[in-house]
Amino acid sequence: MSKAKLTLTGAHFLNGDVACAEGAIAAGCRFFAGYPITPATEIAEHLSQRMPELGGIYVQMEDEIASMAAVIGASYSGLKAMTATSGPGFSLMQENIGLAVMTEAPCVIVDVMRGGPSTGQPTMPGQQDVMQAKWGSHGDYEIIALAPSSVQEMFDLTVEAFNLSEAYRVPTLLMADEIVAHMWERVVIPPWNKIKLVNRKKPNVPPEKYMPFMPDEDLVPPMACFGEGYHFHATGLTHNEHGYPQTSSSEVQSRLVNRLCDKILKNADKIIRVEEVMLDDADVVVVAYGIVARAALSGIRKAREKGIKAGLLRLVTLWPFPEKSVAKIAKQAKALIVPEMNRGQLVREVERAAKETPVVFLSKLGEEPHTPVEILDAIRRSR
Amino acid sequence: MPERIRHAPLDKEKVKPVLAEIHLLRDECKGCGYCMEFCPKKVLEESDEINARGVHPPRIVDESKCILCSFCSVVCPDFAIFVVEKPSKGGS
Amino acid sequence: MVQEMAHPFSKYLRAEMMPHIWCPGCGNGVVLNCFVHALDELQLDLDKLVVVSGIGCIGRTAGYTNADSFHTTHGRALAFASGVKLANPELEIVVISGDGDLFAIGGNHFIHAARRNIGIKVLCANNLNYGMTGGQQGPTTPLESITTTSPYGNIEHPFNLVHLAAASGATYVARWTALHVRRLTQSIKKMLLKKGFCFVEVLTPCPEIYGRYNRMRSGLEMMEWFKRASVVESFTDPSKAEISPDRIPVGEFVDLEKLSYERMLHEKISKINEKAIEGVG
Repeated sequence: MSKAKLTLTGAHFLNGDVACAEGAIAAGCRFFAGYPITPATEIAEHLSQRMPELGGIYVQMEDEIASMAAVIGASYSGLKAMTATSGPGFSLMQENIGLAVMTEAPCVIVDVMRGGPSTGQPTMPGQQDVMQAKWGSHGDYEIIALAPSSVQEMFDLTVEAFNLSEAYRVPTLLMADEIVAHMWERVVIPPWNKIKLVNRKKPNVPPEKYMPFMPDEDLVPPMACFGEGYHFHATGLTHNEHGYPQTSSSEVQSRLVNRLCDKILKNADKIIRVEEVMLDDADVVVVAYGIVARAALSGIRKAREKGIKAGLLRLVTLWPFPEKSVAKIAKQAKALIVPEMNRGQLVREVERAAKETPVVFLSKLGEEPHTPVEILDAIRRSR
Repeated sequence: MPERIRHAPLDKEKVKPVLAEIHLLRDECKGCGYCMEFCPKKVLEESDEINARGVHPPRIVDESKCILCSFCSVVCPDFAIFVVEKPSKGGS
Repeated sequence: MVQEMAHPFSKYLRAEMMPHIWCPGCGNGVVLNCFVHALDELQLDLDKLVVVSGIGCIGRTAGYTNADSFHTTHGRALAFASGVKLANPELEIVVISGDGDLFAIGGNHFIHAARRNIGIKVLCANNLNYGMTGGQQGPTTPLESITTTSPYGNIEHPFNLVHLAAASGATYVARWTALHVRRLTQSIKKMLLKKGFCFVEVLTPCPEIYGRYNRMRSGLEMMEWFKRASVVESFTDPSKAEISPDRIPVGEFVDLEKLSYERMLHEKISKINEKAIEGVG
């Protein structure tokens, strides 16, 4: 097998799940723990074959709870680790996502959203988990969530998810949907030396001076791993900078919880990415993400053909929510249209950021996202 | 008992039996009583003093009877007692 | 009798976290004591030791041991430890947790970790109830015991943990009580030197809660029960090793050799990785 075959550099025709798996490998992920679930199973299957080729570890755990716990364990042992699931598994993982947030374990969780709630429609798309991505676990916390709209983005955003999780020591979610995961498109995998990778900061003090949760200026603490001689303690209980539990002090609780949230919110400008299409003179803006953004793109192009000044704000980062971008276009636009494959989740955030500007919500549940014509009709009606 | 065993050891002068030095970390003791109850030589008993935790820590009845079995050291849940060999006097 | 010397094993404990939170006579202290004794006798490389614990009074052990340690969510210690062991098989991973954490909420993870034979060493402090939350019934609570959630007497048959571990595939299974400190220390040592999934159950007194509700109002009374009822029955049939008021079978029940998961995994990975790289020009 040539090196190019090992790294798969070049152009390929792949489905989204496989592209995501390859993105993980290119990002340096060498540990995957998962459980089969439609429509994310292909990620596990592909990695079970590819990981050993690269000296990485694939393990199939007994359930999603164990998968998430094992991912945190591997992360604390120094590996870049990932798991992939869908709605029901995502619900199971919530408690341990909270543990990853509290212990600041870098890791990536892919949620290939499907029709819910409960077992729902395993082979149909949905965008019903986007609020859960932010609020799924108990307690006050912040995570980063990205939404790919194409198979190329399934590759690119997985790499970015790893970089963000390492930079901010936070679980990063890739909120894909069943269509983006199962469709086949052209993907270009760059040579690995051209892919920018970020690794977690390591401590630069000797073990006696190391405090595992003492942050640097960017609010992120350098991370020692098991076996490096640091003898540190990490716990899901509220803890001080030494990592020791402090369950009675309100000062420690507010210091820790606020730092864990500020770590993301104060760095939001560096984290958030959006795509702006034809926004300069737009007076109707469609705000969309995931597969729906593809239909929205087509919809605004049709609108432009008809002389309507429509634009698209595609959210690449869902959380932290790009409120500044939304607020900015809300000032110039006469209306915002938010199509989602759910009963209204991210639209609430858009409404909050848009303030007085009218927001039109288009709901779609079921096997197909909105069609470009449906979006065009909504654009027309909003004028 | 056979006659030969009742004699004193022939190298009694050369070999000094190891003596025990019992260390009590009195304020760590929570008064569970395990050390006193399970000492095979009953070297420990409850003292009358009250420690920082409001319990009666053990006191040593006769340190010379201790056989250094260290049962107390291992069974103490609070790391409040341990036994070491008494350093021998007059040279190492 | 001298006062100033520090405890010889204080180097195995995190000074800033001591003294521990456990009640007078709590068996957890004895388990921790035997554990550090075993570490000392083996002169284990503390840099390679990882102590993982779950939620419960015994779960605080990870915080007290002076080694890399992690306190996970309830029941998930073994799943977390699996991730650590597979990622770095050189590490010695000890899961120290309780009967509820390992066998109620964590039951599924236990049987699978044992089935896979991942080289994790499990030290289970079995105090017959859920101590941390105030003394509720658990999967090992004896029949007719009074607990805060079985005020009329427990009607759930308890697990025979030795049988469960043996049946799930553990390569070393032992049960001792907090009274058997020597043999417990020996079992912990044996476990640390062995490859594969090992399980040591320790029956521990919970005097303030379980004992108080069940006519054993001090740790000494529970230890008396252990003394009276324990019978060493090593290598007898694990399925017959149930605990009853008159009979606590203790001893080593299983001690066999079986290929561990991490060894098989890493051998396979090396082979496949080599083959994949071979073609690289």
